[in-house]
Amino acid sequence: MNLLGNKWIAEWLEGLGQLTLLTREAVLSLLTFKVAWRDLVYQVYFIGVKSQSVVLVTGAFTGMVLSAQAYLQFHKVKMDTATLAVVSIGMCSELGPVLTGLMVAGRVGAAIAAELGTMRVTEQIDALRTLATHPVDYLVVPRVLALHLVLPLLTVEAIVVGIGAGYLVGVYLMGIEPTYLWGNAQRYTTLADVSIGLIKAVIFGGIVGIIGCYKGMSCGEGAQGVGRATTEAVVYSSITILIANFFLTLTLGQALHAL
Amino acid sequence: MIEVRDLRKSFGGQPVLEGVSFRIQKGESVVIIGRSGGGKSVLLKHLIGLLKPESGEVLIENQNIVPMNERELLPVRRKFGMLFQSAALFDSMTVAENVAFAFRRDPSLSEPEIARRVAQMLEMVDLPGIESKNPSELSGGMRKRVGLARAIIYQPEIVLYDEPTTGLDPIVSDSIDHLIQRVRDQLAVTTVIVTHDMRTARRLGQRILMLHARKIYAAGTADEIFASKDRVVRQFIDGVSDERATTMEPQSL
Repeated sequence: MNLLGNKWIAEWLEGLGQLTLLTREAVLSLLTFKVAWRDLVYQVYFIGVKSQSVVLVTGAFTGMVLSAQAYLQFHKVKMDTATLAVVSIGMCSELGPVLTGLMVAGRVGAAIAAELGTMRVTEQIDALRTLATHPVDYLVVPRVLALHLVLPLLTVEAIVVGIGAGYLVGVYLMGIEPTYLWGNAQRYTTLADVSIGLIKAVIFGGIVGIIGCYKGMSCGEGAQGVGRATTEAVVYSSITILIANFFLTLTLGQALHAL
Repeated sequence: MIEVRDLRKSFGGQPVLEGVSFRIQKGESVVIIGRSGGGKSVLLKHLIGLLKPESGEVLIENQNIVPMNERELLPVRRKFGMLFQSAALFDSMTVAENVAFAFRRDPSLSEPEIARRVAQMLEMVDLPGIESKNPSELSGGMRKRVGLARAIIYQPEIVLYDEPTTGLDPIVSDSIDHLIQRVRDQLAVTTVIVTHDMRTARRLGQRILMLHARKIYAAGTADEIFASKDRVVRQFIDGVSDERATTMEPQSL
């Protein structure tokens, strides 16, 4: 049992080391402008445009349920008009970036791991290398960079849709007075809340991209290897996003709200 | 041109190569034969730096590539072209995009010039006019030809072939052999072929290296190897299984 535990820790540390080396290589590639720009544009399209429906549905229903739940609690203490402020702050700093990150991890992280994993087991990555092309320049950097760029935009979209949907639920279903509802939302939502959400989205984009690429490029042999890499990419990205979110809330909350 | 010194490699504690050494001269055509799973492809991948050995040296034009990192290897790899066993075509690209891949970041070449060279290469591998097809639309033999066109379009000095005829019928295999011969003679490249197809070995190998028991067991010209009286070499060349070999007299092998 002890031996098994040691092996697991050793494998975990090895994986962490390789992930760090991949990140370092990707940063170096980015700094030396070795990025394939055409591929970056394609990835922005694939990740951004193709994720629209998932993000819109997630944002809208999260805003709606948050609005309904907040109203049900605030109504007890006659604070109905604070409903949208809670939705707004919640969507901007927490739910917007986290749920968008999780949705993109499920859709894009899985797709990246499956694509690169298949390329690995069919020797396409080796073929790239024989054609004097660095796999990090060609495969990793465009994907990670596209996620860094696109996730904040998708998050903004989820936030806007979530607040809009929350507003509609508050006004038309719960019958809250719209002027005060909107006024309180504006009054209590600060620039710091929006900034926290956007900074988190940039970081979550990197997490989804680098873990998806790492899992794909290091996947085991055969269809089973690709399947496992895909599952692990989604699970590890999601867990990392949730853990990182806690620490980011603590640090960014203190830093930005103090300004 | 290529020198391998005391190469050792294992996977998960299982040794695959134990002290492999040989030299290949410029312009030579060398065939590496050996049993399936015997480490031939592993050895070939070491020549281009796709795998790192536990110890030993791989010298390409007197430059040891073993300590090089991935980025340092890029200029060395420009000297190589490699045809993979599965052809390893990029399945998200058309045939033309696959063949032109090496030129994708070369600003000195215009689109019409790239298209002209792609057409020329496809002509050379007897597949003219298939530029817009996807790899999934091609047969096994066609995929290997496109893979070869992709490997030689930038005129490398060394071409590596990993089991070029495996999985193909005898007629297609024969045409691939002729194609390799034509590429070797027209482009004057150094050729290293890994195969267990004895017809390919005889036809293409100016020199044959036999990998057995994780080492180079036998080396010589094609005539010397095919005339060998050694039991292990004969068993492999004649295609005699271990079960049958134990019941046969050595001279009949």
